[in-house]
Amino acid sequence: MKPASFAYLAPDSLPAVLAALDEYGYDAKPLAGGQSLIPTMNFRLAQPAVLVDLNRIPELSGIEMKSDGGFTIRAMTRQRDVERHGRLPAIAPLLAEAMPLIAHPQIRNRGTIGGSMAHADPAAELPVVAVALGATMHLQSRGRTRTISADDFFQGIFTVDMASDELLTAISFPPWPARSGWAFLEVARRHGDYALAGVAATITLDATGRCRAAKLVYLSVGDRPVNARRAAELLTGESITAGLIQAAAETAATTEIDPAGNVHASAAYQRHLVKILTGRALHLASQRAKGPS
Amino acid sequence: MSQLHELATRINGQDIVRQVEPRLLLSDFIRHEVGLTGTHVGCEQGGCGACTVLVDGQAVRSCLMFAVQANDHEITTVEGLAPDVDNLHPLQEAFWETHALQCGFCTPGILLTLIPFLAENPRPTETEIREALSGNLCRCTGYQHIVDAVLLTTRQAG
Repeated sequence: MKPASFAYLAPDSLPAVLAALDEYGYDAKPLAGGQSLIPTMNFRLAQPAVLVDLNRIPELSGIEMKSDGGFTIRAMTRQRDVERHGRLPAIAPLLAEAMPLIAHPQIRNRGTIGGSMAHADPAAELPVVAVALGATMHLQSRGRTRTISADDFFQGIFTVDMASDELLTAISFPPWPARSGWAFLEVARRHGDYALAGVAATITLDATGRCRAAKLVYLSVGDRPVNARRAAELLTGESITAGLIQAAAETAATTEIDPAGNVHASAAYQRHLVKILTGRALHLASQRAKGPS
Repeated sequence: MSQLHELATRINGQDIVRQVEPRLLLSDFIRHEVGLTGTHVGCEQGGCGACTVLVDGQAVRSCLMFAVQANDHEITTVEGLAPDVDNLHPLQEAFWETHALQCGFCTPGILLTLIPFLAENPRPTETEIREALSGNLCRCTGYQHIVDAVLLTTRQAG
C-alpha cells in the first residue's frame, strides 16, 4: 500500500524542528530513519498530517566520548555507524553484541539510535540495552531541556515519556565498570526477525569475586523492556554459582515477565525461552566478568 | 492535497530534477517517474529486500524512504551496474555462471546488497555471506547458488 498524504518539512536547524513540533503538536511526527514509521505509514496504520524530517540536521548525529569513559550517542546517529564504531566493544560491549541482531544491514544503514528508542517497540533490542546499561535520555523542546532515565522513559507499547513538542536528541551511557561481564542473547525464527524472547544480562564483581551488581532486562515478553529486579537481586552480594543462576532464571521466567504469546510462540514457550536464555546469559556474563583466566 | 517539492537527485550518474509529492516512495519514484523498472517492489514494509538500491553507496530499502529525501543524494539502481548485456558487472557474470537466479525478482536487490558488502569485506566466509543475505528473500532459486556466485566472485578477484 501507499502512505496517505502529508505535509513535509525538512528544517535545517534544531530550533526550526522544535518550532515545528511546537506549532503542529500531535499532528506532527519527527521522521528519523523511517524504518518503522514508513512501513507503518505504508500500511496506513499511521497517518500523520505533518512529517518533520530530521535528516538535514548534522548536529543531531555523532558519538561523543567523555573523559570518565561514558559516552553520548546523538539521536540521529545511524545504527550502522554505531555498529562500526571502533571503540564500541571496549566502551559498551553489551551494545556491541546487540547491534548485529537489529533487523538487517540495509535497515541499520538508515535506522537511527534515537528513532528506535522513541518508537519503543517492546521487541526492539536498543531500548533493552538502554535500560540494562542505565542510559539517560535527553529531551528538548522549545525553550526547555530535560533528562530522564531509560527505566522511566519506556512506559508501554510504543509509549514513552515524551510530550508532543519534545524531541529525543541524545542518549548517554555511563562508563562500563571494571570486572564486568555481559551477554545479549535472543531467539528469533530467522536472523533479523523480531525475537520471540531475548535478554540483556550484566554482572559486576567486587574485588573478592562476589557479585556487586547485576541486571537482567528482557525483550518481547512484556509491554516494554522488562527489568527483572528481583532475579537480579538474588545475585547481588553472592558468589555466582550454577544453583544461583538457576534460581535467578526461575524467578525471572515465572514471576517477572508478562509474555502475551503470539502466532509463533505461546506464552508458556516464551517463559521457557526466558529461563533457558537467562541461564546461558548469566553463565556467559559471569565468565566474562572474571576475565581471561 | 500536499504541496509538491523539488527533488534534485542523481540516478546512475544522471542528474534528475522533478517535482514530487512528499508521500511518493523512492521505490515508486524510481520505477514510475524515472522508468527504471529493474528495482522491484515486494512487501513495502522492509522485509523482502527486493527494492534495495544504493543511496550514497550504501544499501537501503527504497520502499522505506520518501523520494523527496533523496534530494542532494546519489542513487544507484541495478541498471547502473553494467553498460550493456555484453559487459556485465563481475558479480552479475558470477550469478549467470552459477545459476544464481531463476525468476530474477529478488536479484536486483541482492546484487545491490552484495556490492557494498564485498567492497567492505572482499574475502567473506560463507557464514558472513549468508548473514549479508539475511535481509533479502529469495523464494525460487534457493540461497546456495547465490552463495556460490559470491564465492566465485571472490575467487576471481584473487
